[in-house]
Amino acid sequence: MQNTDLVDLDSLRDDLPDFGPGDTVKVHVKVIEGNRQRVQVFEGVVIRRQGAGVRETFTVRKLSFGVGVERTFPLHTPSVEKIERVARGDVRRAKLYYLRDRIGKKAKVKELRD
Amino acid sequence: MANKAIVGEKVGMTQVWDDDNNIVPVTVVKVSPCRVVQIKSPESDGYSALQVTYGNKSADKLNQPMAGHYAKAGVAPGVKLVELRLEDVSEFEVGQEIGVDTLEAGELIDVTAVSKGKGFAGVMKRHNFAGQRASHGAHRVHRMPGAIGQCATPARVFKGMKMAGRMGNEKVTTQNLTVVRADAERALLLVKGSVPGPKGGTVVIRDAAKGGA
Repeated sequence: MQNTDLVDLDSLRDDLPDFGPGDTVKVHVKVIEGNRQRVQVFEGVVIRRQGAGVRETFTVRKLSFGVGVERTFPLHTPSVEKIERVARGDVRRAKLYYLRDRIGKKAKVKELRD
Repeated sequence: MANKAIVGEKVGMTQVWDDDNNIVPVTVVKVSPCRVVQIKSPESDGYSALQVTYGNKSADKLNQPMAGHYAKAGVAPGVKLVELRLEDVSEFEVGQEIGVDTLEAGELIDVTAVSKGKGFAGVMKRHNFAGQRASHGAHRVHRMPGAIGQCATPARVFKGMKMAGRMGNEKVTTQNLTVVRADAERALLLVKGSVPGPKGGTVVIRDAAKGGA
């Protein structure tokens, strides 16, 4: 237990699904345009989870018009409305950086079925 | 001089989110209510200040002079006596408790503490010198200061020349920090940014001398 946990507990979210590297997720991000607020969905494969506690972040990678786009979100940020796990991935490592060098069908993560 | 002051203990750093969902780096300071032990006034002491204590200390750990000092004030003994220099102390009385609620979110403060000791440090670390080149004939001088003076005139090294030596472990004030949250219930103060000193170190918090305007 860290000494600053007392403060951190307020910021931690408990509504997050269980997800990890290789999983496909939909991240519902709140976007503020002027004085209007709407929700944008960022869907892709989680390629890493990093850090711990209130500082934990995860990175989602997707292909947008043939260009790889990665976005890193703090796990507990209030600007993410919700995270949905779409599919589980069958992967053997924690950091999926190898996906960046692959194109086409090879860049796909096999889905884990039980 | 300061109009309000309080003493606390540095807990550590973390982050919180503000109203616009931006991350704010904060230092957590534990500010347990301080009790006024003695009031120093210009008439009797030549300056105005509050002598306060915080926390709890077992009475049998005190030596007789300290026990007498606390008994005279009628205040429960604390871990440490700290003096807070204030502009005006006429509104305070001995035994009064000062809590975090003297501060509020958004206020600018100065934080004073003793910085972490770095030991005997070279000029690159201590004075931000650039050092010397890695190659092209440099031989065992990579982190050296270079020349420290001229020639036959003045034939000596000027006083105050920046050289290697003891670094840190000195009183440091960081000015104009913002209070992010003052939590009276848990006796915690969140200050935006970093605060000098190690975790567990005593910090004195005053309203900013140069703040605002």
